[in-house]
Amino acid sequence: MINAIEADGLGKRYGRRWALSDCTLTVPAGQVVGLVGPNGAGKTTLLHLAVGLATPTSGTISVLGAPPASGAAHLARVGFVAQDTPVYAGLSVAGHLRMGRALNPGWDDGLASRRMSQLGLDPRQRAGRLSGGQRAQLALTLAIAKTPDLLILDEPVASLDPLARRDFLEAVAEIATARGITVILSSHLVADLERICGYVIVLTASRVRMAGSVAALLAADADRQALDDLVIAAMRETPGQEAR
Amino acid sequence: MMGLASRQAVIQSVPAVVAIAIVAIVAAATRPHLAALEPVAGQDNGLRLGLGVLVVVFPALAGMFWGAPLVARELETGTFRLAWTQGITRTRWLVVRLSLMGLASMVLALALSLIVTWWASPLDKAGMDQFASFDERGIVPAGYAAFAFTLGVAAGVLARRTLTAMLTTLVVFVAVRVSFRIWVRPHLLSPVKEALALNPSSTGYGSSGFLPFPTAAPALQPAAPDLPNAWITSIGIVSKDGAPLTGSELARTCPGLGHGRGPGSGLSHRQAPPSVVNSMHDCVARIGVSFHEVVTYQPASRYWPLQWYELALYVGAALVLAGLCLWRVRHIG
Repeated sequence: MINAIEADGLGKRYGRRWALSDCTLTVPAGQVVGLVGPNGAGKTTLLHLAVGLATPTSGTISVLGAPPASGAAHLARVGFVAQDTPVYAGLSVAGHLRMGRALNPGWDDGLASRRMSQLGLDPRQRAGRLSGGQRAQLALTLAIAKTPDLLILDEPVASLDPLARRDFLEAVAEIATARGITVILSSHLVADLERICGYVIVLTASRVRMAGSVAALLAADADRQALDDLVIAAMRETPGQEAR
Repeated sequence: MMGLASRQAVIQSVPAVVAIAIVAIVAAATRPHLAALEPVAGQDNGLRLGLGVLVVVFPALAGMFWGAPLVARELETGTFRLAWTQGITRTRWLVVRLSLMGLASMVLALALSLIVTWWASPLDKAGMDQFASFDERGIVPAGYAAFAFTLGVAAGVLARRTLTAMLTTLVVFVAVRVSFRIWVRPHLLSPVKEALALNPSSTGYGSSGFLPFPTAAPALQPAAPDLPNAWITSIGIVSKDGAPLTGSELARTCPGLGHGRGPGSGLSHRQAPPSVVNSMHDCVARIGVSFHEVVTYQPASRYWPLQWYELALYVGAALVLAGLCLWRVRHIG
C-alpha cells in the first residue's frame, strides 16, 4: 500500500531561517495520524509542503504517490484545512459551498448540505460573522465534501473553546471511520489527538522523535501509561536540539 | 470554475456598471442640447471636461480596486490557503480570474469611452482638435484598462499587500501613461515634416514651456500653421542643410532682441509698441533669408491608426504583465 506521505531529507528555508530541515518521515495510509510537536517544530511548514502551498528548498516529498499539487486531479484528492481556518469573510456559507462545488470534481453536495443542517448553519450567513467553531466546521465541510483520499488538518482546534474543539474532533473521527480515508491532524496538544488518533508522529526541530501506532507505543513502554507522558518523553530525549 | 468566477466578476462589476449607466443617461439627456452650445474659443464645456476625466480615471480605478486586491488580498488574509488547495491548479485559478476581470475592465472602459465619444462628437467636430482628447475617446481607454488591471494584479503578486499594491499601481500607471504620451505616441507612426517659409508677421519671440519647469532659452516662436485636426508635435527653425537656428546665430542677426525693447516673453506681440513690432518683423525677415520653418505633425487621417496602434501596445503590455503574474504565482510559497 502506498504511504500517504513520504518525505526524504525535506527542507524549507524562508529567507535565512530554516523552517524545516532534513526531515525524513513516512505517514501510513488509512489511519488517523496525529502530528505532535512544540510550536516552531515545523509542523505547519511540513503540511504546507504536503499540500503544495510551499515548495521544498531541499529533499523530496511525495503525497499519495505523487509530488504535491501535481495537477488538478491530485489537488482534488487532498483536502486541507489550514491553521486558523481561513474563509472569505464577505462570502456567505452557501457561497463557500458553491465555490467548493465549482472547484472540485468529486464534490458531494449531499454530504455538504447534510453537514450544514446538522451544524445549524444559516446558508445566507456571511462567513466573517461565524463563530470560530462554526468557521472551523465550515472549513472542514469544504475539505471533506470534495471527498479526498487524504485529509490534512493544520492545528484546526487551536483557537477553539473546549466544546467546539470536542465537536470538531468528533466530526473528524466520524468522517475517518465512515470513509476510511487517511487523516493527518497536527497539534501541539497531545490531549487533542489522544481521543481520535491511532498513529502518532512526534516532531521536534524538524526531527521525527517517535512514530508508531498508539497501541503499540503504549504496549512497548510499561512505565508510561498515558500517551501524553510518552510524547513528552520523546520530545525531551534530545535536549539542546530544539529549534528555539 | 467559469460559472463561479463569472458570477464573482458580475457582482464585482455592479458599481461600475451602475456608474456607466448613469453616465449614459446623462449623456443621452444632454446631447440634444449640445448643438445649442456653440463652442467658444478658450472656454470648455464643464460636462465635457468631467466626462473626459471619467474616461481617463476609470482604468486607474480598475487597476487599483479590481487588479491590486485580486491576489494580494488572498495573500494578506490567508485565504490563498483555501483557494489554492481546491481541485484546480493555481495557474488555472489565476488565468480564469485574470481573463474575466481583465475583459470586464476592458469592456466597461470601452463602453464608457464610446458613450463619451458619441456625446462629445459635435463639440469635438467644432473644436477641430481631435488629438487634444485622444486619450479620452475611441478605443484606447480599453487598452489602458487592460494594462492598469494587470499592472494592479502584478503589483499585488509582488507586494503581497493590497494597499501597497494599490498605490504602486496608481503611481506606475500614471508614470507610464504620461511617458508614453510624451515620448512614444509622437513616434508610433513616423511623423510628416513640412517646410514653410518663415512668416515675419506671425512669428514671435520668447520662451516656451510649462511654468513650474525651467523654461527653455528664449527663441523665435513661429505660429502654428493651420492644420485642422492634425497633431503638431514640434515646430522648428532650420537652415537649408537642416541645422537648427542657434541662439548665437539669432543674436548675431538680430542684435538687441529681447533686451528690454522686445515683448519679454509670450508669443503674442500684438500689444507691443509699433517700433518693437517693426524691429521684430525685420529680424524674422533677415533670419528667413537662410532659415525656414519645419513643422512636424501627425495628419488628421492618422487618428484611428494611432488609436489602434496604441491599443495594441497597451494590450500587449497587459499580456506580458499577465504572464509575469502567472509565473510569479506559481512560485509563491
